[in-house]
Amino acid sequence: MKINLKVWRQKSSNATGKLVEYQLDNVSEDMSFLEMFDVLNDSLTRKGEDPVTFDHDCREGICGMCSMYINGRAHGPQTGATTCQLHMRSFNDGDTIVVEPWRARAFPVIKDLMVDRTAFDRVIQSGGYVSVNTGSAPDANEILIPRSIADEAMDAAACIGCGACVAACKNASAMLFVSAKISQLAILPQGKAEHKERAERMVAQMDSEGFGACSFTGACSVECPKSISLDHIARLNREYLGAQLTTENVQG
Amino acid sequence: MAWVTQTLSSSLGRKVIMSLTGLFLSSFLIIHMAGNLQLFKGDGGRSFNEYTYFMTHNPLIMTVSYLLYSSILVHALMAFILTRYNQSSRPVKYAYSKPEANSDWSSRNMGILGTVLLLFILIHMRTFWYEMHFGSVPMAEYDGKEYKDLYSVVQAAFGELWYVVLYVVCMVALGYHMAHGFQSGFQTLGIRHRKYTPIIESLGKYFFAIIVPAAFASMPIYVYLQVHHFI
Repeated sequence: MKINLKVWRQKSSNATGKLVEYQLDNVSEDMSFLEMFDVLNDSLTRKGEDPVTFDHDCREGICGMCSMYINGRAHGPQTGATTCQLHMRSFNDGDTIVVEPWRARAFPVIKDLMVDRTAFDRVIQSGGYVSVNTGSAPDANEILIPRSIADEAMDAAACIGCGACVAACKNASAMLFVSAKISQLAILPQGKAEHKERAERMVAQMDSEGFGACSFTGACSVECPKSISLDHIARLNREYLGAQLTTENVQG
Repeated sequence: MAWVTQTLSSSLGRKVIMSLTGLFLSSFLIIHMAGNLQLFKGDGGRSFNEYTYFMTHNPLIMTVSYLLYSSILVHALMAFILTRYNQSSRPVKYAYSKPEANSDWSSRNMGILGTVLLLFILIHMRTFWYEMHFGSVPMAEYDGKEYKDLYSVVQAAFGELWYVVLYVVCMVALGYHMAHGFQSGFQTLGIRHRKYTPIIESLGKYFFAIIVPAAFASMPIYVYLQVHHFI
């Protein structure tokens, strides 16, 4: 199949970028979207041009590295899937596909389609962990947890930190990401001990990174490759409000 | 008290202010609608004028009305602050974006809908609230007691076709604003539960987004038809 691409090219974080058109004549519908980019880069390299920089790693939908805003949607037209899980059969012969990097103040473009997502790492560093060693798997099994809670924590833990929620949100809000991390820890006994301080610190970090506020449009959950539920955002609101109102921390 | 300002200036705290003022304004809609339904009574405006007298003289209602005015101001001001803040979170826009694939139009355009409603409130208050408090409203007498005849002001205003059309359009905006706003306000407060969220959502979608705006919109239409002797 023939594909026309309009790809965002930007030399460095400070450079001004623009959409550049490329045409690929021999695209197999069985290729993944990233493989199609590999073919494009191969041809660019052969011509002596700079290949398109994009993030990728596992290529099986679990690492969260691939990004790309494809035809107006995070990770492309599919729901519940990453860009590496998107195949060219989702497009038609002769289609024009616009590919842009995630757009957010907190995710500056490094080069082309690659953005700096270390803001997420700093949010995690601010409280997305359990401070003490709670043992290994056998120790965890010593604490009995109702199945429904274990499932809910696991659903939250499915977040791969790709940033599609931020990319899809009209406010570039990171609420779905932060709430998944908050939920995962707050509802399990090992994480519960620190749940209030965690909520306070992670929200403070989220705000200082420059992510927007939540308008509850639900776009994040639709575009999330792991379909993380909005329930977690409500829990984050509950956790944060409860923490601000009841911790001993009066300094803010 | 540092924690108070810190909480209220956080992104979540600001949304809580939006939620609390918004939900308070939602409750006002019910009272305002119920009271004004007396326009349909067909008693020449007597019960409506008696109701207006009560609303402007009862000390409890007068106190709550100041809470109401400040809620409108805080809701609008905070919306402005949040919109600016949210816009700054994405300094470079997408060249091509398809938000309709993942979210409702009303949820993404609360600011535009809210601006329409704020302008509506200003026009609405100029026509009725300002006239009632500072204008010269004719008097009506029931059982030897003098009342300000706000009903005549209502008849004059709603006798104008453009004014009726303006009201109906603004009530459509209200419907869309409430369709997202009411249920979203609960989410902001962290109230989301398998048992209650469906009830809250239906209440928002049907009662606040359809029934309430339709009831409000029917008032100018009814008065217009009555003034011009269509009914």
